[in-house]
Amino acid sequence: MMAGIAVSTNINGDNAEFLCHADETLLDVLRDRLGLMGVKEGCGTGDCGACSIILDDRLVCSCLVLGAEAEGRRIETVEGMAQGDQLHPLQQKFLEHAALQCGICTPGFLIAAKDLLAKNPDPTEEEIRFGLAGNLCRCTGYDKIVRAVQDAAGVMRGA
Amino acid sequence: MNFDPSHSKRSFSSVGTRPIRPDGVDKVTGRARYGADFNMPGQLVGRILRSPHAHAIIRKIDTSRAAQLPGVKAVLTAADLPDLTNGDAAMYDILDNCMARKKVLYDGHAVAAVAAIDARTAKQALKLIEVEYELLPHVTDVDQAFAPDAPLINDTIFTTGVDPKPDRPSNVSMRSQFGHGDVDAGMARADFVVERTFKTEQTHQGYIEPHACVASVSSDGTADLWVCTQGHFVYRQHCAQLLGMDASKLRVTSSEIGGGFGGKTHVWAEPVALALSRKAGRPVKLVMTRDEVFRASGPTSATSIDVKIGALTDGTIIAADATLRYSCGPYAGAWAEVGAMTAFACYKLENVRTVGYEVLVNRPKTAAYRAPSAPMAAFAVESAIDELAKKVGMDPVDFRIRNAAQEGTKASYGPVYGPIGIGPTLEAVKNHPHMKAPLGKNQGRGMACGFWFNFGGQTCTDLNIGMDGTVSLAVGTVDVGGSRASLSLVAAEELGIDYSQVRTVIADTSSLGYNDMTDGSRGTFSSSMATISAARNAIKILRERAAQMWDIPVEDVTWENGHAVAKGETHGNLPKLSLKEIAAASGTTGGPIAGHSEIVADGAGVSFATHICDIEVDPETGATKVLRYTVVQDAGKAVHPTYVEGQYQGGAAQGIGWALNEEYIYGKDGRLQNAGFLDYRIPVCSDLPMIDTQILEIPNPNHPYGVRGVGETSIVPPLAAVANAVSNAVGVRMLHIPMSPPRILAALEA
Repeated sequence: MMAGIAVSTNINGDNAEFLCHADETLLDVLRDRLGLMGVKEGCGTGDCGACSIILDDRLVCSCLVLGAEAEGRRIETVEGMAQGDQLHPLQQKFLEHAALQCGICTPGFLIAAKDLLAKNPDPTEEEIRFGLAGNLCRCTGYDKIVRAVQDAAGVMRGA
Repeated sequence: MNFDPSHSKRSFSSVGTRPIRPDGVDKVTGRARYGADFNMPGQLVGRILRSPHAHAIIRKIDTSRAAQLPGVKAVLTAADLPDLTNGDAAMYDILDNCMARKKVLYDGHAVAAVAAIDARTAKQALKLIEVEYELLPHVTDVDQAFAPDAPLINDTIFTTGVDPKPDRPSNVSMRSQFGHGDVDAGMARADFVVERTFKTEQTHQGYIEPHACVASVSSDGTADLWVCTQGHFVYRQHCAQLLGMDASKLRVTSSEIGGGFGGKTHVWAEPVALALSRKAGRPVKLVMTRDEVFRASGPTSATSIDVKIGALTDGTIIAADATLRYSCGPYAGAWAEVGAMTAFACYKLENVRTVGYEVLVNRPKTAAYRAPSAPMAAFAVESAIDELAKKVGMDPVDFRIRNAAQEGTKASYGPVYGPIGIGPTLEAVKNHPHMKAPLGKNQGRGMACGFWFNFGGQTCTDLNIGMDGTVSLAVGTVDVGGSRASLSLVAAEELGIDYSQVRTVIADTSSLGYNDMTDGSRGTFSSSMATISAARNAIKILRERAAQMWDIPVEDVTWENGHAVAKGETHGNLPKLSLKEIAAASGTTGGPIAGHSEIVADGAGVSFATHICDIEVDPETGATKVLRYTVVQDAGKAVHPTYVEGQYQGGAAQGIGWALNEEYIYGKDGRLQNAGFLDYRIPVCSDLPMIDTQILEIPNPNHPYGVRGVGETSIVPPLAAVANAVSNAVGVRMLHIPMSPPRILAALEA
């Protein structure tokens, strides 16, 4: 068995260190080594967005990133969105609008929406739809997700 | 049943409101645990080796090299799963599907499995298993498999439902027939006839969470299974039977489920994980890859359907006839039968006949997919109805209204309807502003109706009142989309307390009596019925305790708005006792207060919907864009209207994907070519518009609150609604689903 690669990174504001194999995905590291089970695997090929994370301000599928590539980077996952018992406005609006049914895609959508609103605080419906087109949801038909993001965007702008 | 389930309540305080779901915060913070989010100490990783061939005899499997690989703790083949099914043909098929015994029957069929200390060792071990195959001719297309000279998939299959029994085996496992009247005589009287053959391709439920489980078998014969499933009691029964265990010794816990839509009603990996754990003596976690989910779980049928409908000049449908061929994978099924039952269920018909044929193909074993079999039949029938309306010279909505089934109509599949919603949904559509909105160039509008039976089934709940007066409700129907919120509302309604005072959980199989799985849109329907019954039983005890506290006869105590109230001249002045006060005293008045209910939830009210769809076709590329979509459906009584809307929208979105793009594509070699979300593309956010919904409430007389199931009907009309819209836009009748760009271009050029 090969020796692990030592990686130092920052996850949701906390420094984290781990050992991983050279071919191990960041998704597997987050879930299996660091216990961040909020990051979901739906496909393993970058097609469903369930494993979305923000890596140095960029939205990525963590199944397409190697664990070793996290060296010196900043990672944001769904686990870092709420501050204590204070939900992020997106989380709150997803609940209020019932923007989830089974909920497996929800962490990925929340992260993708957070990234979208960081770059475009006042998106049109079409911009939201294209901004979230990398995330698959099979339950909702997206209607309530789009409304939740619109509503959260308003709250975050202070509107 | 120990209570009166008839429609009894018409005004509500909790039911019909829209609170936040009880499992919501865990799901938006990442805390909710799904199938793959659970681990056990000493756990191994299980993986399955799958056939690359569509049809072959397994000559030999050599697992010796894999077994010798360091870190491999168990290797499994069909030899480790002896046949304990005792002549139960359906269970034998499940066993054979979990692990191929003599032949592999489709690309992806399991042939061996390993459990190893980690995923990389397990993957390496699979490569060391040597399987010798003798290839056989295969057939993956439903029409080709139906032909008399097709390669034979199973030589023990003789078509049932035909007299006399055929003298040779075929790929047709069953013929079924429904209807009444004289179709041939009726058709002879018709002034207008439409006759068409339609085809639909196979689709997958497309749940985002792959199948996942953790199995732990102890040497004392007990076992635990953590699994994402729509029915943990059914999984327990199947696994116990296949492995020769006592059901009570196997405790199955249903995880949060990341979508099912019918696809998590069937065991595939779970018996294998248990057998691996038993062999290795350690817990085994088995998670399917997305490729495995597509190749080796249970997609829906591909179909080929002939429809012939005749009408009189006044717009009356005088005869309706359909022959439906449904693929069922390589094992016997009953999918065409359901299609044949649902095909004409929306209409009041004097002369109707449907014939279904179950067709074996070298594809994965068909499983349920949301209102299984109904969308394809509705596509064929509703397309032909639209065409017939044009021939008669009537508006398609008016034509359907004229022929719609009503209370008292004898359904084409046999029963006589009670109060039903098909007429009201059509009237609502006729008056909907969507129908009057203008259309532009290359745009078209279509509408279509849909029917689903709904199901009740075996149900069991426990309602426990804590000493602090809050309520724990344990149910056994897996929550696939918000039913814990609905059931908390129902318990709150019945007890007269606040929603926030109830917590509903899904109990494991050792903590509650048997429950059928969450299918047939039964989750909220059946468990709410059992919850109402359990709450009424608890109220009986609460009244007794209050009577004891007051020292008056129980007959003089009523239950009103969460309080025991004393009545009568002698003690009418006693201050009422709240549920909380009675609960606090329970330790001295007779112990814990609870209500239980075990029922067969009969009387699931049938469900109808009508959808409207606007699309635009790009004549250059053949691509279709959905511009506007409206769902009108009868809910009986919407317990949590937001989640009812969610069911309407989600079913419509799945149907749109099916109509326009989704399909299993097999090569000439019998291998699936698009086993991934890149090439099997489900609708994404930018593919869809907002989906407008209108909830109608025509109470189901068999449920105390009037509830009908709402989960499935919404996927029935979209195939036809979209097809009618496209046909209207391009001026060519679309006969083949999905209407992907190449098919639309071909239709335009034909």
